[in-house]
Amino acid sequence: MAQKELWKGNEAVARAAILAGCRYFFGYPITPQNEIPEYMAAHLPEVGGCFLQSESEVAAINMVYGAAGAGARVMTSSSSPGISLKQEGITYLVGSELPAVIVNVMRGGPGLGTIQPAQGDYFQATRGGGNGDYRTVVLAPSTVQEAADLTQEAFDIADQYRNPVLLLMDGMIGQMMEGMVWHEIPRRELPPKRWATTATEGKRGKNIINSWRSDGTGLEVHNLHLAEKWRAMEENEVRWEERGTEEAELIFVAYGTTARLAAAAMKELEKQGIRCGLLRPISLWPYPSTRLCALAERTSVRAVFTVELSLGQMVEDVRLAVEGVKPVGFFGRAGGVIPTPHEIAEQARAFLEQWR
Amino acid sequence: MTAKVSFDREVCKGCGLCTLVCPRGIVVLEQGAVNSKGYHVAVVSRPEECIACGCCARMCPDSAITVEKQ
Amino acid sequence: MAIIYAKSKGLTDKPMHYCPGCTHGLVHKLVAESLVELGELENAVGVAPVGCAGYAYDYFNCDMQQAAHGRAPAVATGIKRVLPDRTVFTYQGDGDLAAIGTAEIVHAAMRGEKITTIFINNAIYGMTGGQMAPTTMVGQRATTAPWGRDPSQCGSPIRMAELLSTLDGTAYAERVTVVDIPHLNRAKRAIQKALFLQKENAGFTFVEVLSICPTNWGMDPAGAIDWLKGNMIPYYPLGVVKDCRREGNVV
Repeated sequence: MAQKELWKGNEAVARAAILAGCRYFFGYPITPQNEIPEYMAAHLPEVGGCFLQSESEVAAINMVYGAAGAGARVMTSSSSPGISLKQEGITYLVGSELPAVIVNVMRGGPGLGTIQPAQGDYFQATRGGGNGDYRTVVLAPSTVQEAADLTQEAFDIADQYRNPVLLLMDGMIGQMMEGMVWHEIPRRELPPKRWATTATEGKRGKNIINSWRSDGTGLEVHNLHLAEKWRAMEENEVRWEERGTEEAELIFVAYGTTARLAAAAMKELEKQGIRCGLLRPISLWPYPSTRLCALAERTSVRAVFTVELSLGQMVEDVRLAVEGVKPVGFFGRAGGVIPTPHEIAEQARAFLEQWR
Repeated sequence: MTAKVSFDREVCKGCGLCTLVCPRGIVVLEQGAVNSKGYHVAVVSRPEECIACGCCARMCPDSAITVEKQ
Repeated sequence: MAIIYAKSKGLTDKPMHYCPGCTHGLVHKLVAESLVELGELENAVGVAPVGCAGYAYDYFNCDMQQAAHGRAPAVATGIKRVLPDRTVFTYQGDGDLAAIGTAEIVHAAMRGEKITTIFINNAIYGMTGGQMAPTTMVGQRATTAPWGRDPSQCGSPIRMAELLSTLDGTAYAERVTVVDIPHLNRAKRAIQKALFLQKENAGFTFVEVLSICPTNWGMDPAGAIDWLKGNMIPYYPLGVVKDCRREGNVV
């Protein structure tokens, strides 16, 4: 049996990427994600890979584009303001159908904000901060173990759909150390990358990596082709975790660090006789809307309560999913402030009282 | 020596760069006729004077000219 | 009949979209011919820019990637790091390379990235309709400089070949033009030398090509060539700016 080890979230993500076959990393320093490029700088050469510190996040994501187009498994990581800079590259990756993994260890914003943990980039991640009609799979771990596991799977998801995948962590998951076990993640069967620009060697016609379509309806045809991939992702890649939802009268919805806080708040409420459940979205896009709606429709459920490290972003998806079936409450702290479980429990109880 | 200069009439845009570099000054834009895009295309006005140097073809941005010699 | 000159196998059959007299097509030919003559066409991966040459991926007969505006050197870096044995080149205009992509080109050169950049300097933004570029000459009119470039507001034109030559990572930088056959010959030799030095892992290699834009300059091609000779060459001197082999400073 594999031994439990103590790992820091960021370093676990970096090691997981190498285990998943990532051999190229391009990035730029920004707190609180620096352990990822630092780990890559030390360990990618050991496996014949290449770490390169770029001149900016913009350059890094475009190096990712080049390497992905050349057929490699490649990753970049950053934190909120740096991810803003990468948006250009992310929309180009989607438009050119290139697989890559992008990690955002979120900090407070807007602007330079703070280096403390936050979840204020939910809209940017799930709606796409770049231009055009596009989607990326967004995965949000709540433990170091899950961060390592999802990182490995993210590379397969990216390759399967030829689309970038975002790993959306907050600074808490990135910076904390936690016990975890390294284990094999089942690998998907993936087609060879015949589209990659590796030079023709005179053996095939030329390959082109490109997002530019200016021939009349050509772009719409491309958009519709991409939309078929979004539908497939919505069908296959929705994931969530549920706790105590049977007979619950209050359903918490929270992801990442806040899901852990909500779980602690639930214990406090249960001592007060309030039966609580938790739906923790793991994929923020595609969102587990169908499951959330089914839970909200249960007669035992009086209210749904969302907790975030923001002033209310994911709550919009919760409202869309619940479709007015049950009241949706919200509590969030922002700017790098972490609420206590007691604070969350008090807010949730006050909201529930209105609907009991 | 026989020189043969072929112009791809549909590719030529009538820019005239070839006319500027012909050492014999015999490449000209055809007046009184246009291709399907409306350009006056380049032609050799006095083929017997052509020395098959290839300058016109090398100067053509659209690779519309082929030069051969026997 | 012996063929004296025919279209290069390094180019596809796709007719080019460039305006009449635009020298992009000429430079495409030189790059394509150079790749074929060095035996590198089937070993090459090119990166197309944003701008007039944005369609270059359709014209070069080798694997191509299309990059975001100014990012071609970063994209090429990603390719070259994965495929160090391939010949990797970028083809970029002056808005792309000398404005929005300044950081990417400077740092690719600083790292001595083993890529070749072909830089088209025609002193204007072409695709977007004749706006002022960092390379626009003082007094030259552009749609965003209707009274001509005013150096008190916009500074003086940027000399990229000289700027990049200050970096140790740059192995080779030459400025050429394509306004007549002798200059065309010189330009092709420069491109071949740059690609050759890339194969030798000498470092970053750069060829700046002074080019004409008859459409946006509002001139016929002959007039544009005269304008380039009279205005651009005195400010942007032709010739080798840096050659690591000549100086013995192999990087």
